[in-house]
This record gives sequence, structure tokens and C-alpha cells, in this order.
Amino acid sequence: MSQAELTREVARRVFASEFNDSTYTFKESDDERAPNYALLPTGDRANRVFAVGTLTETEDVGEDSEYWRGRVVDPTGTFFVYAGQYQPEAASVLRDTEPPAYVSVVGKPRTFETEDGTVNVSVRPETISIVDEATRDRWVVETAERTLDRIEEFETWQDEQEAPESGSTAPTNEYAQMARERYDSPVENYRRDVIQALESLENVEDAEATA
Amino acid sequence: MSDVRQHADDIHDQFSDHIDVSVDDVEDRLTTLVDEYKVPIDEARRSVTNHYLEEAGLEREDLAGGSSEAAEIEDVDEPEQWIDLTAKVIELWEPRSDSVAQVGLLGDPTGTIKFTKWAKSDLPTLDEGGVYQLRNVVTDEYEGRYSVKLNSTTVIEELDEELEVGDDTSEIEGALVDMQSGSGLIKRCPKEDCTRVLQNGRCNEHGEVEGEFDLRIKAVVDDGIDAHEVIFDKDATENLTGISLEEAKDMAMDALDTTVVADEIREMVVGTYYRIEGPTFGRYVLADDVEELDGPADAEQLLIKARSM
Repeated sequence: MSQAELTREVARRVFASEFNDSTYTFKESDDERAPNYALLPTGDRANRVFAVGTLTETEDVGEDSEYWRGRVVDPTGTFFVYAGQYQPEAASVLRDTEPPAYVSVVGKPRTFETEDGTVNVSVRPETISIVDEATRDRWVVETAERTLDRIEEFETWQDEQEAPESGSTAPTNEYAQMARERYDSPVENYRRDVIQALESLENVEDAEATA
Repeated sequence: MSDVRQHADDIHDQFSDHIDVSVDDVEDRLTTLVDEYKVPIDEARRSVTNHYLEEAGLEREDLAGGSSEAAEIEDVDEPEQWIDLTAKVIELWEPRSDSVAQVGLLGDPTGTIKFTKWAKSDLPTLDEGGVYQLRNVVTDEYEGRYSVKLNSTTVIEELDEELEVGDDTSEIEGALVDMQSGSGLIKRCPKEDCTRVLQNGRCNEHGEVEGEFDLRIKAVVDDGIDAHEVIFDKDATENLTGISLEEAKDMAMDALDTTVVADEIREMVVGTYYRIEGPTFGRYVLADDVEELDGPADAEQLLIKARSM
């Protein structure tokens, strides 16, 4: 039956600082068409992301054909978005949009290793749309919430690992385990980014000032 | 298994507790009617069932439904299952074909489902608001939506009781991250009781037809945890985009291309946050009530939590 079709991958919410640290990618089966995942340092996998930020710069970096790079900035860092001939709609948005502008990007994480061994993480967009400030703010709050949820689960798992009396030996958080094996940066860093992102929202500052 | 054999099996199951009869006997009787006398299979089944009812000295109501099983509406997730439902007739719709006696919506505490009652089945009339036990109905599926068909073997019993109808509406909140193909200005098959979307002017069932224009959006709304497929019908699409079907047709006419409508809609809706409420049909949520989320989200509580972690 047609119901057997592949389930659609969720678009994860992740701030730029964490996204750019997601340098390790993996597949979960040997199938040629198996989805590719980036490992988020807070302990989850991402085959697709949804990000909203300010498009601050666009540049055609292609040599033979058009290849557009856009910088999309959120409160924690910059997403690098690359669109070429195989992403014609996204490429035309980057070509036609005059920065600065709020944009939302749905796309896939891609990694690229430079000659000095650094791994750069970028977004290969499926769609880029012009959005308003309210949408950007909502995304910041939503992404803060999802990130805190991941950190919370990571820490719960970590506490269990460090408490020998719990008797639990089975890993209960596969991706947290993977993240601890693959990455050095502590999840605490991302909690600080969440705080910084939330504090950057105007309505929050106002509330604090009057408190 | 052949069609006749399947029916024979069903009939045999219904009577195996009451009389000593083999599946082969049942099949022989059915085959005689169908092959020699050219009786339609439904009618043949009815006739053979009646024969055994008489032989067993039973009334139609005495049959426990045989192979059909008592089920709840939310359990329907496979076509061609024989089930019994206790349900309320929520709505009756106008049949679009003479072959359909009644069509509408049934509900039970777990959800709602479309039903079709064939004219040739010669069953009693269902009243809107009535609660019935429906034994031996068959499930069907079309594009992920399930329905039940009442057929000539179905036993309808009106119950003198109220039935709470469950709310199977979903509420989702998230970003509209994708608009799928088959959105925008589309053409549907104009044949009675067929609303299939045409591909290059062709209906899967009826071949090349003069299609009727319609407007819809098939979208993915994603909250970062789950991705939901949502369908906006003509009204919902008009409300969401402010583009009416007539305007959409004009746009397509001017551009000599129907895809301009989808392009325009995509620009408006993708990347926007919505709250959507509506009934679920298989893997789809039908957008009945749509609200764009453009107010400020509450960051205070989250900030307090983040600081205290």
C-alpha cells in the first residue's frame, strides 16, 4: 500500500551557534537512499532544519554558474545558506532580495571539510521566504524551548550515567551518547546561548526594565 | 483468493456455528448464480445467505456478523475489513450518483467516518441523528481517507440510545515548512462521485476528461517535533490567501499557466506560523480553523527556566 512511503523528516529548531558545531554526520542504514543526519551537540539528529533570521549579505560565489551564498544571522551566530542551479527557487530569492531582510529557511544540513581540516556546516535550502519580525521573534522563542528540552534530556541522561547506584546501564539517549563521544563542547555553552537569545528579544528587556 | 471464494468464506463463517456446511458448498451455490445465471455478486451473496438462513431457521438479525468484528471508528486503518459499528448518523449528504442511496458521516465516541449505502443493497433508510448498530460493513480507503460501505449483507438495527460523538479534531501549531505538488489551482474529474485530481488532464479512473477547476493547498506544518500534513480546501485556501477561485482562474488565464497560482500562494504561506484545527483523515489534517500566529510569543517563563537550569 502507498502508506508505506517514507515518513517526512521533521525540521529541527536549532540556533546558529549549535548548528555550526554540528560537524558530525551519519546515516542509520546502509541503504543508498537512507537519510543523512547531522548530529546536534545537545543530543539529537537533524536531517532538516527550520531557521529564521536576518539576511545580512548575499553574494554570487559561483564560477561557471550562479551559486548564491546568503548569511542569515540569529542572536547566536550566522547560518550560511548556499543555493545553486539545483535550488532555483531559493537561489532566485537570494538573488532578488535586498539585505537586510528577515527570512525563514527550510533546508538540509551539509558539511564541507576545508583544506586545514576544519568542518564547515551550511544549509542547502529547500525554500527561503521573506517573513516579518513577529515570525523571527516567535522562532527565537520556539528554538530556545526546543534547545532547552534537548539540554534537559541530555543532562538527565548524563546524571543517570554518573550515578552508579541507579543500576541502569542501557543508554537511554542514543544521540546524547553519540554527542558526548563526538564533541568536546559542553552543553552548558548552548544553555548560555539560549539565555543570550532570549535576552535579545525586545519585549523581554522591556519587561525586565519595568520589573 | 477469488472474489467468489472470499464471499463464500465470509458466508461460511457466518453460518459455521449454526449449520453443517462446507465452504465448497457455499462457493458452488454462488458460482451457479454468478456464472450461469449472471447474477451480480452482491445479489448472489444475498440470495445464498437467505438460503442458509432458512435452512438454519434463523433471522438475519441472529447472525453474529460472522467474520466481521465489533470495531470503533478510530480503529479503521485498513481497507476491505468487515466490521460492526455502533454509530450515530451525524450528517447526510446529497448523493452524487444514482447508484448511491445514502451518503454521509457516522460518528462514535472515538471519531467520525464517511459512509456510503448503495442503492442496490436495498437497505432501510438511515435518519440524521439516529443511532444504529451496523453489522457487516466493509472498510474502504481512498488517498489515505477511510470510509465504510454498507452492502446487501449489512444488518441495520436502530438503537434507542444516545451516543456521544468523539472529537477527532487535531490542533497543531507550527511553521508551514513546505507546500507540496498538487497545490494551487487544480482540476478535478467531473464524473459523478469521482473527485480525483487530474494529472495532465487525465483522471486515473476515467482517462481524458474536461476537468473542473478547484483550489487547494497540501502543506506540511512542522513544530520541530512532528511534521503534519495539512489540506486546505477551497474555502480554507481562499480565506488564507485572499485569492478566490475566480481570481485564481484569471491569474492563470493571464499567465497562460496554472502554476503561477501555486507560486503566489507559496510565497505567502511558507515560513509562516499557524495554529490549525480540523478533523483528521488518515495522515491528513483538514484545515477547518486557521489562525496565523503573529503575536509575540512569551519568552519570560523560558528565560527563568534557562537561568535556573
